[in-house]
Amino acid sequence: MGELLTVALFWSTIRTSTPLILAALGGMFSERAGVINIALEGMMLAGAFTAAAVTHAVGNPIVGLAAGMAAGALVGAIHAVACITYKADQVVTGTAINIIMIGMPAFLSGAFFLSSGSTPQIPKDNLLPWAPIYIAFALVPIAWYVLYKTPFGLRLRSVGENPEAADAAGVSVSRMQYAGVLLSGALAGIGGAYLSIGQSSLFTRNMTSGRGFIALAALIFGKWRPVQTLLACLLFGFTEAVSTQMQGVMKLPSGADIPVQFVHMVPYLLTIIVLAGFIGSSRPPQALGIPYQKER
Amino acid sequence: MIFLRQLLFPLIAVIAAFIVGGILILLIGDNPIEAYRLLLGSALSWPDGIGYTLFYATPLIFTGLAVLVAFRCGLLNIGAEGQLYVGAFATAWVGISLAGMSAWFLVPLCFLAAIVAGGAWGAIPGILKARFGSHEVINTIMLNFIAVALCSYFTQYHYKNPGPIMETTAIGSGAHVARLGKFIPGLPERIPVNLAFLIALLCCLLVYLFLWRTKWGYELRATGSNPSAAEYGGISIRKQIIIAMTISGSLAGMVGINEVLGYRYRYYDGFSDNYGFTGIAVALLGRNHPVGVIVAALLFAVLQRGGIHVDGFSEYVTKDIVQVLQGTIILFVAAEAFFSGSFSKFGLLKRAKV
Amino acid sequence: MIELRNITKRFGSVLANDKVSIVVKPGTIHAIVGENGAGKSTAMRIAYGFYKADSGEILIDGQVQIISTPHDAIALGVGMVHQHFMLVETMTVAENIVLGAEPGNAAALDLTKASADIQKLSEEFKLAVNPNAVVEHLSVGQQQRVELLKALYRHARLLILDEPTAVLTPQEVEEFFAILRRMREQGKTVVIITHKLSEVLAISDEVTVMRDGRVVGQVQTKDTNAAELARLMVGREVLLRVEKPDADVGVTALSVRNLTVTHADGNKRLDNISFEVHKGEILGIAGVEGNGQTELIEALAGLVAASLLSGEMRLEGRDVTRLDARARREIGIAHIPEDRHRRGLLLDFSLSENSILGVHHRPGLLSYGGVVLNDKAIRKRADQIIADFDVRPANQDLPARALSGGNQQKLIIGREFDLRPKLLLVSQPTRGVDIGAIEFIHRKLVALRDDGCAVLLISAELEEVTALSDRLLIIHEGKIVGDVDPKVATIEEIGLLMTGSTKH
Repeated sequence: MGELLTVALFWSTIRTSTPLILAALGGMFSERAGVINIALEGMMLAGAFTAAAVTHAVGNPIVGLAAGMAAGALVGAIHAVACITYKADQVVTGTAINIIMIGMPAFLSGAFFLSSGSTPQIPKDNLLPWAPIYIAFALVPIAWYVLYKTPFGLRLRSVGENPEAADAAGVSVSRMQYAGVLLSGALAGIGGAYLSIGQSSLFTRNMTSGRGFIALAALIFGKWRPVQTLLACLLFGFTEAVSTQMQGVMKLPSGADIPVQFVHMVPYLLTIIVLAGFIGSSRPPQALGIPYQKER
Repeated sequence: MIFLRQLLFPLIAVIAAFIVGGILILLIGDNPIEAYRLLLGSALSWPDGIGYTLFYATPLIFTGLAVLVAFRCGLLNIGAEGQLYVGAFATAWVGISLAGMSAWFLVPLCFLAAIVAGGAWGAIPGILKARFGSHEVINTIMLNFIAVALCSYFTQYHYKNPGPIMETTAIGSGAHVARLGKFIPGLPERIPVNLAFLIALLCCLLVYLFLWRTKWGYELRATGSNPSAAEYGGISIRKQIIIAMTISGSLAGMVGINEVLGYRYRYYDGFSDNYGFTGIAVALLGRNHPVGVIVAALLFAVLQRGGIHVDGFSEYVTKDIVQVLQGTIILFVAAEAFFSGSFSKFGLLKRAKV
Repeated sequence: MIELRNITKRFGSVLANDKVSIVVKPGTIHAIVGENGAGKSTAMRIAYGFYKADSGEILIDGQVQIISTPHDAIALGVGMVHQHFMLVETMTVAENIVLGAEPGNAAALDLTKASADIQKLSEEFKLAVNPNAVVEHLSVGQQQRVELLKALYRHARLLILDEPTAVLTPQEVEEFFAILRRMREQGKTVVIITHKLSEVLAISDEVTVMRDGRVVGQVQTKDTNAAELARLMVGREVLLRVEKPDADVGVTALSVRNLTVTHADGNKRLDNISFEVHKGEILGIAGVEGNGQTELIEALAGLVAASLLSGEMRLEGRDVTRLDARARREIGIAHIPEDRHRRGLLLDFSLSENSILGVHHRPGLLSYGGVVLNDKAIRKRADQIIADFDVRPANQDLPARALSGGNQQKLIIGREFDLRPKLLLVSQPTRGVDIGAIEFIHRKLVALRDDGCAVLLISAELEEVTALSDRLLIIHEGKIVGDVDPKVATIEEIGLLMTGSTKH
């Protein structure tokens, strides 16, 4: 057992949780404003690809990080326009974006780098292994403060709970929703950027492999609150880290290894259980998923 | 007149998506006309183009029907991906475990396995929604990942074919489903399009008959159209949700027939090229009608086949343009509802708490 | 303080406000009364900028003002509290009050200052609230105080209150009146929109009566009385009276005992109701909407969850309390719902598909082992219904959405009558229906009664329910408060009972 609780495991958890925290907090701003965001996965991919491509081109990872953030925000803008202005169904739009993002990075890298989906390797001193981690963890108290202690946060939350009340009080519902969705894109973009220029040194096809959905699961598990979401991300990150550390170390009673697939399942199972109300009540923002129509 | 209108908007969406794709191709320095010519031309050649196109269309028809049935009951089934994996694995499992059996018994049993397993995986989110009111969208997404993980586990630890590929051992020869090449002159049997394609078409007919000609289908559609009125008419909303999701899952599960029984003759981990998600696009584009689903599935299959061809022959354009086109089509179709003024048409906004 | 001059507003084909002119003097409590649909809320929403009038002007303190959004109204000192509160339930009182007008700056929400300001206002107007309480835990009366504070926080000089006492208990109403009087002392002007005459007489200084979109009277409260107000409110030209032979009343068909329906929020919507309906009789239930009628008819139709219901319902002696909607239809209870769009029709489906709603599982309409819909039988029956009930256009393949309200209603009635029911539950049968169809529907209802069916008729249209009923009950706040003979009772009497006066 002592082998499990090593310093290495601790840092491993921090590293796996970082992209989850960034994407989940982003998702929180969107969903608290009432817009379902299934496209976190696509936004992360956009960020990961753009960060790697730009860092390679410019040689500066900070510019790359900013570019990744911008790319995520751009994808967020597409989601926002479709859902808020054109009142398209938010789940369908999110799914569409994810499908586009399966192909887009590979398409672009095929064009620019003549590769089958990856960007060229970036030299070690041009990577950002620590900055995104600081950003992610610093973001938690900042997000908490913005959400609960600023007028912006108050208005954002009101729009997600009861847009008519917000509208009657003079708050612009669409403006708040745009803000939430764009923020979610930007943060998810940073999360993706960390994967390509922080944790690794290039972008590979489908690099996020479901992390966007785990982040969504963490957000739901964390009841759409910043601190609880952080804990959920840490939990999911921990299970992921442990499974890698644990290979060959911890065994089932029969002596066999715990199959990695079961570890992968944990975040998803937990989310289903929470949603069904088995672990406390799960209360999403009341107006989540309902495009706002002014009834005159 | 309404029929023409139904046709017009998806057409506009497709054309608009192609325009966007064309701009993208231009931006990266290639010729969109040339690229599209390669894309579409290769899909319509005989025998390879058409043969492969029909083969790719088969799973899309199944998942398109699955999403359609759920839509008609006011539900959004994002879980077709997981349901098809479970169905495929179950059918492989029966094919492997009862390998010695004769085809007369084995084939129907394998079919049954696909249907039952897929149906069960679809019933889970249905029951969760009916009983606890939890959102079928999130639950189906979660179950997708769980399904993939479970199938992967069983493949790796219990049924693995020795060697580097993550796939199971072969199914018994009695479980094989014949390729269409056996019956159609000029179509070589190496092209994987098989009887499952015909079964898919049959399912379209069955779904149509079920939904529009039976009392059960009436109840399902009424629930999707107006749950309050359905309730007034004595229909049990909870029951309909579970039935719809189960049928939906079963249809998705039948992808296994095409894949396992008709093509690879084993379960191959990760075989699905996003068939479940593309099924959503197929259903939407096909206006949630079985005939529309066939047309939309063929369109997406053409894109898929053409994409592979484009990849080989164009300098800059890769087959990933297909995903970009597919996703863009869905975006435009989803936004189109705004223009036709009735964006609650498919009951998507009526995801009411039960 | 505020004057509406010749305000006219049309919604589609409905003339909601017809040259409405109202003068509200400063520092008074002014009541606007009328039945549902009289146009009171519309007029005030125009004053608040929620709607824009088609023509007419609004004057504030003698100056003509353009009010096109609530923002403008708030800037001019006009505040409004809506019938359905606009509060964010998960947030605190303070957060709700300051939303959109937050103290502090963009970086920091100063909730302490907000709390302090709220306390001050609270004391000034004796509106006791806890700024840190979460709104969803507050009682309705407390929530209303929060809404009032919202308007006061934005320095409203005129407060418009839409049906403020609709959701209050009698004790809360007394406290509420005390609050209004205090506001008047502080120089505020109050307009309350209501239909409750007893309250109008208790609290207001002046009353404006509206009917069918027009102002029909404006009087000083001390110069008038309930009877006069009721007459102004409900009196109208007599429509064609239905030729109605005397009822041939038979045995008891429906018997209801101690029926109570409690909502999830604890409120009793139906309070210990008991009554009987006999064969060959139309029993009418009159009352202003929202007094339990919906719950009553849904409970009788089997659409209320058993957990919310207590009491007993019997059809011809048989206990039906535990039966679901389908079973009730099977034993002969037909239901024409009050909201035909929500409950009665599948708007996107064809007329023939709508015609089988509720009976779609019956063998007569099915073939191949009772599974496949028998198109021929369905179409034949639909044709019959359309012909017998004069549904136009007579094309059963049209979607229900394409029909006018009256024709939609006739289809539903035809469908339900085809059941040859023992008991017909019908609510608001001619709402949104044109004159010609109204007459037709009334005749059909009487004919059904003459065939021996028991009919329970609920209607907010006093004219209709007195003309059609053989016996008349009046419902108020979930209780039966009157049982009269419609041939003998006067409109004023019935109107008073409907609006909560205890005089009888």
